[in-house]
Amino acid sequence: MSFYFAQFLTGLASASSLFLVACGLSLIFGVTRIVNFAHGSFYMLGAYLAYTLVQYVPGSIVGFWGSVIAAALVVGLIGAIIEVVMLRRIYNAPELYQLVATFGIVLIVQDAVLWIFGAEDKLGPRAPGLDGIVRIFGEPIPQYDLLLVALGPAVLGALWLLLNRTRWGVLVRAATLDREMVASLGVNQSWLFTTVFFLGSFLAGLGGALQVPRVSINLLMDLSIIAEAFVVVVIGGMGSIPGAFVAALLIGELNAFGVLVLPQATIVLAFVVMAVVLVIRPYGLFGKQETAAHAAGQVEAPIRPASPLKRTIALALLALLLVLPFLMGEFALVLATDILIFALFAASLHFIMGNSGMVSFGHAAYFALGCYGAAFLVKYFGGSMEMALVAGPLFAGLGALVFGWFCVRLSGVYMAMLTLAAAQIVWSTAFQWQELTGGDDGLLGIWPSDWARSKTAFYYLSLALCGGGILLLRRMIFSPFGYALRGGRDNPNRTESIGIDLRAQQWAAFVIAGVFAGIAGGVYVFSKGSIFPDEAAIPRSVDALVMVLLGGVQTLSGPIVGAGVFRLLEDEISRLDYWRAILGGIIVGIVIIAPEGIAGFIKRIAVKAGLEREGETAA
Amino acid sequence: MKLFRFVAGAIAAAVVGLAAMAAQAADPIKVGEINSYTRLPAFTDPYKKGWQLAVDEINAAGGIKGRPLQIIDRDDAGKPGDAVKIAEEMVSKENVTMLAGTFLSNIGLAVADFAKQNKTLFLASEPLADAIVWESGNRYTFRLRPSTTMQAAMLAKEAAKTGAKKWATVAPNYAYGKEAVAAFKKELTKLVPDAEFVEEQWPPVFKIDAGPVVRAVEAAKPEAIFNVTFGGDLAQFVREGNLRGLFEGRTVVSLLSGEPEYLEPLKDEAPKGWIVTGYPAKDIDTPEHKAFFDAYMKKWGEAPKLGSIVGYNTVKSIEALLNKADKYDAETLVETMKGLEVPSSPSGPFMYRAQDHQSTMGAWVGKTDVKDGMGVMVDWFYADGADYQPSDEEVAKMRPAE
Repeated sequence: MSFYFAQFLTGLASASSLFLVACGLSLIFGVTRIVNFAHGSFYMLGAYLAYTLVQYVPGSIVGFWGSVIAAALVVGLIGAIIEVVMLRRIYNAPELYQLVATFGIVLIVQDAVLWIFGAEDKLGPRAPGLDGIVRIFGEPIPQYDLLLVALGPAVLGALWLLLNRTRWGVLVRAATLDREMVASLGVNQSWLFTTVFFLGSFLAGLGGALQVPRVSINLLMDLSIIAEAFVVVVIGGMGSIPGAFVAALLIGELNAFGVLVLPQATIVLAFVVMAVVLVIRPYGLFGKQETAAHAAGQVEAPIRPASPLKRTIALALLALLLVLPFLMGEFALVLATDILIFALFAASLHFIMGNSGMVSFGHAAYFALGCYGAAFLVKYFGGSMEMALVAGPLFAGLGALVFGWFCVRLSGVYMAMLTLAAAQIVWSTAFQWQELTGGDDGLLGIWPSDWARSKTAFYYLSLALCGGGILLLRRMIFSPFGYALRGGRDNPNRTESIGIDLRAQQWAAFVIAGVFAGIAGGVYVFSKGSIFPDEAAIPRSVDALVMVLLGGVQTLSGPIVGAGVFRLLEDEISRLDYWRAILGGIIVGIVIIAPEGIAGFIKRIAVKAGLEREGETAA
Repeated sequence: MKLFRFVAGAIAAAVVGLAAMAAQAADPIKVGEINSYTRLPAFTDPYKKGWQLAVDEINAAGGIKGRPLQIIDRDDAGKPGDAVKIAEEMVSKENVTMLAGTFLSNIGLAVADFAKQNKTLFLASEPLADAIVWESGNRYTFRLRPSTTMQAAMLAKEAAKTGAKKWATVAPNYAYGKEAVAAFKKELTKLVPDAEFVEEQWPPVFKIDAGPVVRAVEAAKPEAIFNVTFGGDLAQFVREGNLRGLFEGRTVVSLLSGEPEYLEPLKDEAPKGWIVTGYPAKDIDTPEHKAFFDAYMKKWGEAPKLGSIVGYNTVKSIEALLNKADKYDAETLVETMKGLEVPSSPSGPFMYRAQDHQSTMGAWVGKTDVKDGMGVMVDWFYADGADYQPSDEEVAKMRPAE
């Protein structure tokens, strides 16, 4: 019994740490509606800063706590600066732009921390005065854990007082409910947002600084905490601080006891719980349905078929692609094959995102399922490449059929989070189910059939499959099905009222996008010869989003342009040191300067020059 | 006078310039190197410094057969797919003579498979997975560092001497951890047939929740513990374990924990008396190692880590190979690589076994201790990799036919 109690206390200590990070994230989301990916980076910064400061005051109790608070304050300031300089410009952008922009910050901070603090793992000193153990029912419990157990509720209480007993708190709560109303009542919104961002970042920094005595500080802290913090915030209900507390308890204890029962499946468990909660309570345990924002995205101009000029351009491009092997060397073909694959992958994401208004943050799941589907057929059933290229998309479609059923019930950020959870379930299953997927070691030796083995032949195969896929998707966009989806995107109520079963249409769109991502995945696995769980991980999903945004969400050619530019760019800059910071800078730059993307930008120029009518899409 | 000076200066400049051109006229031999430089800088940074030192030394001494050695290094960002793409680029665009590098086992395996498909020589320098030379071994892939099973065998031999029978294992829940535990179990039960394993903990890699793990191990009351966690996970495991007295009176055997990469961040909290494989950089006094150590200190201003030795030995192997081979096509290189001897290296001589393409580079085995507030290795010896290899029949059974 005493053993279980001690395990329970350990779980509580983890829960408190988790709550500190998650409550800041929830607070920021509640007011600014920004899903802040960089929150984990603030947590990492807090840990690094506190570690550095503590070195100057070894062994002193005041010095230790002074360093922790100072580090948190500095992180708070950094957060406020980022809000003023950057995020303020994108509050009205669609959620996904914000999510991707904050991911850009993650990349920049990663390289900045590497540059400033160096590559080595750091192990901070224990907290002076709290470095021993206490025996409870004969079980040894670290003193510092007990402090953390107390700190969670203390911070919860302090936040409650701040939000319920101060004028600032009243304004924050009002802004959480309806920020336009608060603004029209004359409250200085930007000041309010900056202070909220300061507090949220301060809490993340504090959470990180408090981990110094417990964990080793390393460059991977940011992404590993952010995934968990997302889970907590989503389970608790986005914007709800008590919800974050309850969810942190749930996850903390789940980990503590999960280790005893199911030590092999600890990663999957948290995401499964998250998915279950979202299915039962779509807005989290304590969350409320999102109040419709007043400025709910401008209605996009209708899509028109390509003009003769653009048809000519498209045909010229196709002709160029057909003769490419005669013009370029072998490596250019490899790169071109890569671009074709990712163009189809991006186009399939664009199909549900741009055309249907469904925000998917886990599209890599279907790409990876396509890869695995093809790989399984080759590895376990001795199938040929031709059969595998059919099996991959079917497998991906099956996955999309299951996950899509849950996902299309939600919209906006909640849908993005549920798709993320789905992708994380795929990733962690692929990662932990070693017998089937080879886990981390992946599945190897999946090379094309003999006739497609040369780079040129495989390039033509990719061109046929991926190019064909893109054209099919385009055809669907102009079909009545495509129109219904756009109707649902621009006005769900009207669409339903004219008799369209929107949810069924969206579900179908989700499955179709999954199948086409699966085609891309199938081709990908044969081009690389292997498949690893990374293909389902968050960065792969972000890649797809960046390609779509880079090209332009509101144009049909966007994903193709985006995939081409992104892969070429990545290929160029990944030769440099600190290339992640450069990529991050480019992502942030696109969101702020050219939110309509490259194709959108060209279109704007074309309209101005009189080559094209307003509201027409680039081919 | 001034004019004379000017003319003399011009002639001198021209001579220097011509000499430089003559040096350039000899085409460099290009080797493609792929590693996770941004994903795992803590390990790949010392590695890079190690191979850069070796390249500088070789080129300062006149290169290889009069041609300079050029290493083209690229970052794979920790993604196997990217690594394969880079490998393709290096082969088809840069026309590299051979490939080398990789740290993570999955990337090593992916590039090895690429090497087989494209018939290009690949020297896997750092990845530990047994599969690289055994189950997934192929004609074109060789591996430098002692594999998981070799290092587990070294530790099992020492572990058997302690007489401990009841074991618990703690290992990260992915391929490397599982392989290490399986190898250790197999090697230990060969030596101690009645050894039993009473508890297994599989924390997720880089995400250990050390408190519950320590408690679960403690609850099983083992006599000894076999640990495979590393990096940040190891630090947390050690800290929680020390705090809760897990290691008191227990034998602990730990893979790789004596490497400075893992031991140094622990500072004075480094565990004492653990049996580990690692690298006691400052204490090795063979002339070869001393020369390497001093040159490294002079170039980089810091002591080498294990990665530095691996990086250095990688290039030393490449040097030996290219000096010995008369032609640089892949088939000749593979045949030359079989049984290739590297007569002198900081870790002593080693060679590449023809039967499974594994090098006989060994590892240092010893116990951990704390001196002057830093974790160090004591009572260590160099375990030659040649002594910890499976028999040729076993190898033949495991390796797919060529």
